[in-house]
Amino acid sequence: MTDTQKTSLAGQLAARFGDMLTISTVRNETTAELAAADLIAVATALRDEPAFRFSELIDLCGIDYLGYGQTEWDTETISGTGFSRGVEGEAMGRFDWAGRPRGANEPRRFAAVIQLLSIEHNRRLRLRVFCADDSMPVVPSLTLVWPGVNWFEREAFDLYGIIFDGHPDLRRILTDYGFVGHPFRKDFPLIGNVEVRYDPEQKRVIYEPVSIEPRVLVPRTIRDDADLMQAKAEAADHWREN
Amino acid sequence: MQEIRNYTMNFGPQHPAAHGVLRLIMEMDGETIVRADPHIGLLHRGTEKLAESKPFNQSIGYMDRLDYVSMMCNEHAYVKAIETLLGIEAPERAQYIRTMFDEITRILNHLMWIGSNALDLGAMAVFLYAFREREELMDVYEAVSGARMHATYYRPGGVYRDLPAQMSQYRESPWHKGKDLKRINSWREGSMLDYLEAFAADFPSKVDEYEDLLTTNRIWKQRTVGIGVISPEMAQQWGMTGVMLRGSGIAWDLRKKQPYAKYAEMDFDIPVGVGGDCYDRYLVRVEEMRQSNRIIQQCVKWLKANPGPVMVQNFKVAPPSRVEMKEDMEAMIHHFKLFTEGYCVPAGETYCAVEAPKGEFGCYLVSDGANKPFRVHLRAPGFAHLSSMDTIVRGHMLADVVAMIGTYDLVFGEVDR
Repeated sequence: MTDTQKTSLAGQLAARFGDMLTISTVRNETTAELAAADLIAVATALRDEPAFRFSELIDLCGIDYLGYGQTEWDTETISGTGFSRGVEGEAMGRFDWAGRPRGANEPRRFAAVIQLLSIEHNRRLRLRVFCADDSMPVVPSLTLVWPGVNWFEREAFDLYGIIFDGHPDLRRILTDYGFVGHPFRKDFPLIGNVEVRYDPEQKRVIYEPVSIEPRVLVPRTIRDDADLMQAKAEAADHWREN
Repeated sequence: MQEIRNYTMNFGPQHPAAHGVLRLIMEMDGETIVRADPHIGLLHRGTEKLAESKPFNQSIGYMDRLDYVSMMCNEHAYVKAIETLLGIEAPERAQYIRTMFDEITRILNHLMWIGSNALDLGAMAVFLYAFREREELMDVYEAVSGARMHATYYRPGGVYRDLPAQMSQYRESPWHKGKDLKRINSWREGSMLDYLEAFAADFPSKVDEYEDLLTTNRIWKQRTVGIGVISPEMAQQWGMTGVMLRGSGIAWDLRKKQPYAKYAEMDFDIPVGVGGDCYDRYLVRVEEMRQSNRIIQQCVKWLKANPGPVMVQNFKVAPPSRVEMKEDMEAMIHHFKLFTEGYCVPAGETYCAVEAPKGEFGCYLVSDGANKPFRVHLRAPGFAHLSSMDTIVRGHMLADVVAMIGTYDLVFGEVDR
């Protein structure tokens, strides 16, 4: 795949759809963000028009942006109370259902991310649709455009509670029969809410509240040298020889 | 007149032909399927959520456990996604090793498939034949990683360690002794690459044996020819990839179309089917085994001639050697940081796919700059394939459902994740 092909995809998309899409190309991967209301029209055009021909929907997944970019290991403002850093926070695995993070309102938490593949042109495209309302995330269903999206939408509904408007059979798919909640949301505890065991007295399988404590072994850390600047500087420095 | 009602039948989740924990609710009109509703998720372990709670490297082992008959291909997708975001590239030798092990994995997967699918359709012997060669390849897995299945061998920046110079040998025991012991150890005199070379020279004759048992077998053809026909249009609508797509005549293979690792330098062919039925997909998979064998031979040749590093020399990502740690303070610190905190991956997102034996296995990775992934989504080929079950088996007989489950090449580790 050449660069010109890729840039021309972003160019073609901008020319065809104009303001409907917000397009970015990073590392040869093109991402287009669009409003939920435009999704069906854009998807149909992307599938059918000869310039695009995205005949396959490879993947659709939900994503919850709550807590994006939050760190638990504060290296900037070190202080006398600094020893508690890394043992508190709201990141994954730290809370149970009663102590789940509330009120931390990320603007536009939920999104559906779609990966498309054009076999004819041998290129990929990523679409991202944010849900307008956090308490009731809704995205139109693509089942009439690509029937294969059916289960992917059911999965995103099951795990994130994103509702796909127009889906013919929006049932849970991966979680247990009778499961409550949407487990992949960032405010759903990693340890879960219930545990299952066989009760010899009642002679049946019973559900009980979880008995384990939430715990985190490695705190979530964001570092400035994430892009390995230090490693590059060290490599350039030949510190080993000095 | 007597009223005739459809019969609802439950298949699985504990059924030998379900290839794991598939539960199918089928509405039957006599022996004909009117509607099939697969219930999945009985093996859902929340891999993606668990991965969000751990540093990047600690989740590589989970990838083996997704599609547990093509372990290293899953690792490859995940590791490739991390490498893309980090902006690092594995050394050339590591890339050849990955190419070779992806193909070993493909053969392992197809052997499992041919054995279990034939078993489901009433041919017991193939299973025993296939496991004979699987055992030999599993020894290769064990030689490089210490584990027969869940290897955790690929790491961001390369592979965990170089190929062993010595292949382990069988010791004398009441079951292996004398001439017999000498025969089974004859391949194992030299290095792992020598062993693989001997295997690859021998393997095509083994594939001939499977074909002798099945390709012109009347019962096999009756069970597969014209069953589960998937048109090219339908395959694309349902997001099918891999053999499911190639069986319908579309020559689409990521190893050729979007080459990764060292596939661009390999000489191999992509088999495609004509009719899109179960028999064509069988033929495609058998031919893929032969082609994988060719790739392994090319990799062995290159790896024998070109020693070199198998891991990037970037201690923010890869651990320093034990020897260095003993005498170098800096190496010690790097090691400590790497194994406690891990490394931070620059903010961004990527979708990396590999041609796993079952189809396109993809990893959509979102990082916010932390030492743990913000979101990992694993695109499992089996999940997309199985979703088309209802559409395809309608109007087929009950026994054909088993043929269809077999031809999908389902493994519930990846379908349920």
